[in-house]
Amino acid sequence: MSEPEVIVGIGGAAGDGTASAGNTLVLSLARQGIASYSYNAYQSVIRGGHSWLRIRFSAKKPLNHGDQVNALIALNQDSLDRHLQELQPGGIALYNGAKLAPSYDPPSKVQLCPLPIPDLAPDSTRLPVMQNTVAVGALTQLMGLSSGRLESVFEATFAKKPQVVQQNVKAARAGYEYASKNFNPLKTRLTPNDQTWAQASGNHLLAMGAALAGCKFYVAYPMSPATHVLEWFASHAQRLGICVRQVEDEISVVNMCIGANHMGVRGMCATSGGGFALMTEAIGMAGIMETPAVIINVMRAGPSTGVPTKTEQADLNQAFGASQGDFPRVVLAPTSMSDCFVTPSQAFNVADRFQLPVIILADLLLCEGSETVATEVLDVEFPIDRGELITKADGPPDGEPYLRYKNTPSGISTRAIPGLPGHLYVAASDEHDEDGVLLSDVYTDPIRRKKMVDKRVRKMSTILKHLPAPVLEGPADAETTLLGWGSTWGVIKEAAEQLNAAGDSVNHLHVKTLIPLHIDEITATLNRGQRIVIIENNQSGQFARHLRAETGIVAHGHVRKYDGEPFEPKHIVAGVKDVIGGQEVVEVISTEPGWRTDHPTGTSGAWDGLKAKKPSVPAKD
Amino acid sequence: MASPVLVAKDYKPEVPSDWCPGCGDFGVLTALFQACADLQIQPHDLLVVSGIGCSSNLPGFIRSYGVHSIHGRALPFATGSKLANGAMTVVVTGGDGDGYGIGLNHFIQAMRRNINVTYIVMNNEIYGLTTGQVSPTSEPGMKTKTTPLGNLEGMLNPLALALASGCGYIARGFSGQPKHLVQLYKDGIQHPGFALIDVFSPCVTFNKHNSYTWFRERVYKLEEEDHEVGNFHAAMDKALEWGDRIPIGLVYRNPKPPPPLDVTDPALTGEPLVHQSYEIDGDTRRELIQEFA
Ligand SMILES: Cc1ncc(C[n+]2csc(CCOP(=O)(O)OP(=O)(O)O)c2C)c(N)n1
Ligand code: SF4
Ligand SMILES: [Mg+2]
Repeated sequence: MSEPEVIVGIGGAAGDGTASAGNTLVLSLARQGIASYSYNAYQSVIRGGHSWLRIRFSAKKPLNHGDQVNALIALNQDSLDRHLQELQPGGIALYNGAKLAPSYDPPSKVQLCPLPIPDLAPDSTRLPVMQNTVAVGALTQLMGLSSGRLESVFEATFAKKPQVVQQNVKAARAGYEYASKNFNPLKTRLTPNDQTWAQASGNHLLAMGAALAGCKFYVAYPMSPATHVLEWFASHAQRLGICVRQVEDEISVVNMCIGANHMGVRGMCATSGGGFALMTEAIGMAGIMETPAVIINVMRAGPSTGVPTKTEQADLNQAFGASQGDFPRVVLAPTSMSDCFVTPSQAFNVADRFQLPVIILADLLLCEGSETVATEVLDVEFPIDRGELITKADGPPDGEPYLRYKNTPSGISTRAIPGLPGHLYVAASDEHDEDGVLLSDVYTDPIRRKKMVDKRVRKMSTILKHLPAPVLEGPADAETTLLGWGSTWGVIKEAAEQLNAAGDSVNHLHVKTLIPLHIDEITATLNRGQRIVIIENNQSGQFARHLRAETGIVAHGHVRKYDGEPFEPKHIVAGVKDVIGGQEVVEVISTEPGWRTDHPTGTSGAWDGLKAKKPSVPAKD
Repeated sequence: MASPVLVAKDYKPEVPSDWCPGCGDFGVLTALFQACADLQIQPHDLLVVSGIGCSSNLPGFIRSYGVHSIHGRALPFATGSKLANGAMTVVVTGGDGDGYGIGLNHFIQAMRRNINVTYIVMNNEIYGLTTGQVSPTSEPGMKTKTTPLGNLEGMLNPLALALASGCGYIARGFSGQPKHLVQLYKDGIQHPGFALIDVFSPCVTFNKHNSYTWFRERVYKLEEEDHEVGNFHAAMDKALEWGDRIPIGLVYRNPKPPPPLDVTDPALTGEPLVHQSYEIDGDTRRELIQEFA
């Protein structure tokens, strides 16, 4: 029933070319209709260290990177040592047999596929990345696919260097042929088909989605994992006519962004938690000035510098609490990489219509990971709603004096862009009256102060219907509802399917709009007396607290993870089972009993000394 | 329709300025009215951006578009605004604390970036709005509420810093000499790039040391000496001069000013950004998607 899939893991040191090997594989499979989802676990070094890229392939679009590995390409000894133990029965391990050898017995029914790289690619002595190409060629063969698409990818990637194309084609063919003669192919067969896919990271989708939603100004200061948004904009600025600036710090970033929005362009900026912290004072300014602005926080594991290359959903409180005082804001957490594409347009439209700051809470998993998105999903025209914006005028409206902050029933006042005759006003971070004149300098004016706070807050009363409400997936009458927010949609969805298949009765409610919260819809779904389990990628249950504060709903159980690595379906399945079994808070971790502590996938799980996995081959020095 | 000729009082709003009587900022403001009138800048073509401080209240006291942003961030705000609409004349106003203290990084970066805005700093060598604390431009030894034993730190020199940071127009004025100030403003606004006009603007309430008299006894006009405004080294000598004689006037003007950022940014070669189309056609969209396939 389920569509066949293969999960490939490519391990190497930074600089070994794991990413480009993965990319070649992804593109060549995408060109035969096969979708993929990639997650790269890496560390903060430029050269050396370890990086572990997992790509899940299937004709049915995978929604997460899965929880096992079927094919390993180990580019160095360290990678072979770490990951050989993770292979599933029937799995294969590809590596340069001239240089590397397993340090312990592979798990049962795992096929070792040493490739004599120096023979297959003589130029690999000069160009070590050729070993990657050989391995990719060999893997293509073992997956039962033809090598033609692979060669078309080399042609596209190195279009300007025919010699490099030749070199790669030769190496890939050598790997392909060697594999066909010496190894047994994988049992799983993927199903080539006609679907066309584009492969992009959440960062690239946020950037492209924003550009297609009319973003004309992008400003940032480099910070992982948000930097690729800036790089995409910088490389497309001239062609698309977007003003893109890298500036001195995130304080400058956000103030420039608000300054540009104030003039009437759509402006956006992105950062991670540390940069977002610097932005917070100005976010309140956008609130009181009623200036639209879209601000992205691509969360990484905190606090402080935290773990810059690891993922987490722990900046929810920061987004809620960004800036002093009460003011309306919107917080949206995209639920998948394809949702990253759509979210900027939603954010810009509500920002413009309601004249307020919109915070997009994405995370490293979404933004540095990549997935294939059906090209027709991307080829859409976004509706652009600029709200009550005056961009042309010869004089004041109907001879009335223009009031920038007119107190209206909706709380929304017509916004004139500076530069128009007859609409002069001052936008102030101080409290001001309807005409923009400061209230902060008078002795006291309780009536007008309250009027202006109320006016701004009133905007929130009609905003909910413009924002995506959570949708319930799975059987409506299930015994257990899994509740998640943001990036975990795909992995929770799959875990729910697995739980149901195993005889549990679960459904899944997922929240994207965090502020304001669709309280009515959420309450209506959760008040059936079912068991509620909240799944989130942080330690303290920031969403659980938010839900309780807004709706009074207290979940029965929590599955949490804050070890730096993202959830995999098995973590959620195991965690939910524990909750069903009576445990209230289950903290899951990316390592498995039996894995060697000196070379685990995660950081350092418990090594239970399982004898069966002791190496029979003595470890290399 | 030909616009009627503008005079200084066309920039004066109904809202009265609420600085302390005698505050130097009044002179700074009226000189700005005059400069704008002399240049015939339509009030709706003028954007005045400030941070927070007594001096930063200025946008509320001039008839134009205005932004009263947060403490120290007027320059980034104004930079974003100018990039978004290069057709507007952007004047940034603020205090020494705002620009040389909390906002110092932005000040240096804005000069290096060469964004075409005119920056008027009302330098009273004190934090006025917060009722009299030491500022980065307070003189060593100066007693303030937070330096009861005298300022132990050195003094920031905005002119020398501006020279070192690549600023193409650097001037100093004195609010006690508003006519002179008008000329400095006009030249600064017309300078194609970042222009700094640091203005001695006495705080009569909290800085009893740097009073009008104190400045009057010391300032002299560079225009009255044969100062070479295009000579960087001569300018640096003047920027460093402090004591019994303090120069005011045009300290430096780059004889070959490089084009400003709002002209060199590739997106800004045509119409102002805000008037450009933000739509991306279907063919371009499909090309963008194809980059990922
Ligand atoms: C982030 C922040 N810190 C501190 C303040 C308090 N504050 C307001 S104005 C000011 C200093 C003003 O000095 P200056 O810029 O020289 O202006 P002046 O009042 O002297 O004209 C300070 C510290 C603030 N508003 N915001
Ligand atoms: S406190 Fe000083 S700077 Fe502020 S208004 Fe009064 S005199 Fe001017
Ligand atoms: Mg001051």
